[in-house]
Amino acid sequence: MVSLVAAPVNLDHPGRYLHWGVIQISVANLVVIAVMVVVFVLAVLLPFPRGRRRP
Amino acid sequence: MTGQVEDSFGGGGWTGALRRRAVAVLPPEQLLPDRQPAYVSSWIYVFGVLTVAAFGWVLVSGAWLALAGAAWWHSSTVGHFVNSLHLWSVELFFFFMVIHLWGKFFMAAWRGRRALTWITGVVAFVASIGTAFTGYLVQQNFDSQWIATQAKDGLNSVGVGAWFNVLNTGQMLLWHVLLLPLVVGVLVVLHVLLVRSRGVVPPLDAPATGDPATEVSS
Amino acid sequence: MTTTTDRPVAPRRRSRAAEPWAGPWRRYDIVKEFVVASVVVAVLTLVLAVVFSSPDEKPITLQAWAKAAPNDFVATAVSELDGQSGTANYGAPYTNTPDAGQKLGPLPLQRWGGVRAPVDTATDFVLGPLRAVPHDPALTAALTTYAAATPDRQNGWASTYADALSKAPDGDPAKVPADDYGPVPTLAGRLLDLATSGGLDGALTSEHTQFYASDYTKPLLFLADGSYLKDQARAQHLAGDQWGMMNETGNYPGQAWLWLYTFWYQIKPFSSSDNADALVWGLMALLSLLLALVPFIPGLRSIPRIIPVHRLIWRGYYRTQNRP
Repeated sequence: MVSLVAAPVNLDHPGRYLHWGVIQISVANLVVIAVMVVVFVLAVLLPFPRGRRRP
Repeated sequence: MTGQVEDSFGGGGWTGALRRRAVAVLPPEQLLPDRQPAYVSSWIYVFGVLTVAAFGWVLVSGAWLALAGAAWWHSSTVGHFVNSLHLWSVELFFFFMVIHLWGKFFMAAWRGRRALTWITGVVAFVASIGTAFTGYLVQQNFDSQWIATQAKDGLNSVGVGAWFNVLNTGQMLLWHVLLLPLVVGVLVVLHVLLVRSRGVVPPLDAPATGDPATEVSS
Repeated sequence: MTTTTDRPVAPRRRSRAAEPWAGPWRRYDIVKEFVVASVVVAVLTLVLAVVFSSPDEKPITLQAWAKAAPNDFVATAVSELDGQSGTANYGAPYTNTPDAGQKLGPLPLQRWGGVRAPVDTATDFVLGPLRAVPHDPALTAALTTYAAATPDRQNGWASTYADALSKAPDGDPAKVPADDYGPVPTLAGRLLDLATSGGLDGALTSEHTQFYASDYTKPLLFLADGSYLKDQARAQHLAGDQWGMMNETGNYPGQAWLWLYTFWYQIKPFSSSDNADALVWGLMALLSLLLALVPFIPGLRSIPRIIPVHRLIWRGYYRTQNRP
């Protein structure tokens, strides 16, 4: 068995879960979804470099 | 037509006809453009190409895993790292794809004869989910065992499991490495060619000429 | 080059969005865009892989199961003999059990798939592997006794023993009361020994007839008939009623895109239905089709107008349109 270099952030611990009514979601998945929403909002709001116009 | 070089021999036959048809549907300057409509100026537009780029890295990392075999990553540090590259490029692939879908939905990007672009995109999304699913099945670890024994119930319940046996790791490995990536690849190519051929959808309520004085509603 | 005509507006309603763009353009380099995107994604992938790595929980061998949960193993083996295990009662594609199988409404889709991966749980999981064990006269005698009995008698022994195991403290075979279980305790006990030695893993995969094996149907079905696998899964929050389809072992992100597939299993009527899988998969097939057909569905296709995110995306363009 090869000894593996430990990852700086070790995610191999028991997962953390949040419970809200019928919803159960892992912290990891919630973070991914939250980041997706933030990125989407930023993508829509952040100004895009003005390009050079062509006729 | 003086000065025009004759570029086909007696019409060119099937080849000439195909070439003329291809160039008519997708002229080179549309296939590889160096300009785009001025309204294409939002960061939301980069998520399509980010998705394609992530797909490319999924294929590269997957090919690297394939080079050394399905069990390599359990016993090799390099193999485990390549597996990590494969996992995270897949996570990024879905991350960018879903944001791309949200953007295209709110732009109603199916307008103007672009329904097939939308449809190929949705089918590619569903096919990608299936491809990722077979990937989980061929990890050859506890996750594979659990996912296989659970998913079999869903597939069996609608009769599909009799043909697509998720407990047959050999079958799932070949679907994952060969058949499904081919399906996703073909869909992605079709999707991108459709975008190139139809052009980027104009804003809602945009007059075609770009002149607001013409016509009222889209 | 515009010409004015007195013709009325053409009856053919060609969408303006389909017409070639005749407004202003901007510079674009599609190849550079792709190269930049590839570099960005490569860097992101590398960073994520270096920082977080990837999970690899070792698979559960039948040997590991037999050692960690011998009582559960024995109870499962007996349920394969008396035909009460999940696999034995499954229906297509494994068994011909009458009335087994889920339906989508009136359609028995599961049965229509056919028995294309046939499994005889008593023979395949218990008796077959035991018959190959050499130099064990007590086992040979037990097998002979079992084979010579009528199916009713075989079933009587197995179900009586199963019942006794379920009532024994911890399900411990050593603590069952004396009764007529026939050769079943010997068979189950020997199977446990075979599994503990590691011999059963190979036996179920190769079925003694082949050298190469890539089909794990039998060992996986046997493993899943017990409680040990699902207990380990539940501890990792992977069970169906824990939104498990979305989750990954440890603290890793899983498959967030499966949220809607797994959601239905958490609520009625799906959560209490015998046809839950067929209903959920049928529903998701329908919803996927609707998503693909959004361009043609009135109401759905108008949502972009009702929630005008597009006014933010194209705000630069709309500003130029409003200039006098």
